[in-house]
Amino acid sequence: MYTEKVMDHFANPRNVGEIKGASGIGQVGNARCGDIMKVFLKIENNIIEDAKFQTFGCGAAVATSSIATELIIGKTIEDALKVTNKVVTEELDGLPPAKLHCSVLAEEALHAALWDYAEKNNITIAGLKKATECSHGCHEH
Amino acid sequence: MNKIYFDNAATTRIREEVLREMVTNLADVYGNPSSVYKTGREARALLDKARVQVANILRADASEIFFTGSGTEADNWAIRGIAKSYKDKGNHIITSNIEHHAVLHTCEYLEKNGYEVTYLPVNSDGIVEIEDLKKAIRPETILITIMFANNEIGTIQPITEIGKVAKENGIIFHTDAVQAVGADEIDVNAMNIDLLALSAHKLHGPKGVGALYVRKGVKLEPFIHGGKQEAGKRAGTENVAGIAALGHAVELLQNEMQEKNEKVLNLRNMIIDELLEKIPYSRLNGSREHRLPGNINISFEFIEGESMLLLLDMKGIAASSGSACTSGSLDPSHVLLALGLSHEIAHGSLRISIGMYNTEEEAKILITELEAIVKRLREMSPLWNDFINKQ
Ligand SMILES: Cc1ncc(COP(=O)(O)O)c(C=O)c1O
Repeated sequence: MYTEKVMDHFANPRNVGEIKGASGIGQVGNARCGDIMKVFLKIENNIIEDAKFQTFGCGAAVATSSIATELIIGKTIEDALKVTNKVVTEELDGLPPAKLHCSVLAEEALHAALWDYAEKNNITIAGLKKATECSHGCHEH
Repeated sequence: MNKIYFDNAATTRIREEVLREMVTNLADVYGNPSSVYKTGREARALLDKARVQVANILRADASEIFFTGSGTEADNWAIRGIAKSYKDKGNHIITSNIEHHAVLHTCEYLEKNGYEVTYLPVNSDGIVEIEDLKKAIRPETILITIMFANNEIGTIQPITEIGKVAKENGIIFHTDAVQAVGADEIDVNAMNIDLLALSAHKLHGPKGVGALYVRKGVKLEPFIHGGKQEAGKRAGTENVAGIAALGHAVELLQNEMQEKNEKVLNLRNMIIDELLEKIPYSRLNGSREHRLPGNINISFEFIEGESMLLLLDMKGIAASSGSACTSGSLDPSHVLLALGLSHEIAHGSLRISIGMYNTEEEAKILITELEAIVKRLREMSPLWNDFINKQ
């Protein structure tokens, strides 16, 4: 059901871990839903120098976290915001419909970490909204 | 193909000798069992033999066995059939909240069609309390349908006691014994069971064949209308080779049941003991005492089930999980939630179901691999890291 790309990122996840003294940390999802993602960013001069993640969740959750962090490292904040759930899904050569919410979660985790960075530095980032907890549709029913 | 198969509750590998005979029957005994000439009579003889074989393992009479296309069909027929046939007596059904969907969704269907259903809770061990059952009985209760053994947590229900209560109150008792046949002793008379569903693919037979036991004297509407197969109650030319294979598989199992169950039980106890000892923050779900010999359902805190399954699969090991991620829904298994487990613990569950082909060597590999997998996933988990940092 998963593509080779997903399985590769699941089996060999990139950027697992945490960054001590991170510039921004974002955590989204909850254990009730079965997915939690935590993203750590190190930002210098508007550039994402490093990104790491911790994830509790299924294969797709791990793979989307892995690829999302890989995609944003080295990018400016503005370019990192262009790494949407759609981009994440495409980069993985697609996700099963039931797992699309994991890509949304990856986008939200990134946004939450950037929000944290903005708050800590008293800046606003154009186009960035505060993520609501578990807005990826966990409690739809 | 998975080298190590620990998902025998999902389905089992067909027995070599059963498969060989099935293929021979498909090729050679191609007559219609309803025909009078020789090849037809041969096919009829295969059905007759299988009926006796299935009746024997249940201590029933061959005339009380009806073949179906699956365990699911047998459950549907039993519940919908009794509901229809005893409509004049009442419209209330009692079941449990840990039933297989074959029973649960059939009950929900009946609720939409004028019936009332009580879903009994289970205790934290996954067992129905007899007092709850007694309290749920009403004058209009026509059916109690409670599973013999649960497919996820392997708990064995107090069937003899339930049968006694049903009999004392003049209520019909159906049990879904799909997981129990061949794993536990069943005597439909001693246990006062009126209807019982079973399925061939759970006992090393082929997929797509099941049977329903119906006690003599119990009224049951026909399920499929057409010809006069299965005493006119389940029409359609019989799956002769499949039915014969079910009979064959059941007979082989019956002959070696004790030996097989002992072997499986030893493996189960070894795996449970070692996993609980080696992996901290793990727990066995469901009663250890009242449990199928081959079932293990264990939760590992701070991690999620599907990830565990994928990593096990990469090591050639097949198992299953009650995590939402594996069910295609966002909620974890209704059975684990019925035990009172939190969503978080339910997401981290793993079902290891042992069968007669599993070996001690496989069990050892499973334990070693699982220990490493849980460690790896915990290191990746924000829940685990939060927990460790707070220590
Ligand atoms: C307890 C229980 N009931 C019913 C079924 C359905 O049986 P079948 O797969 O033959 O339809 C299963 C197996 O999936 C089961 O475990």
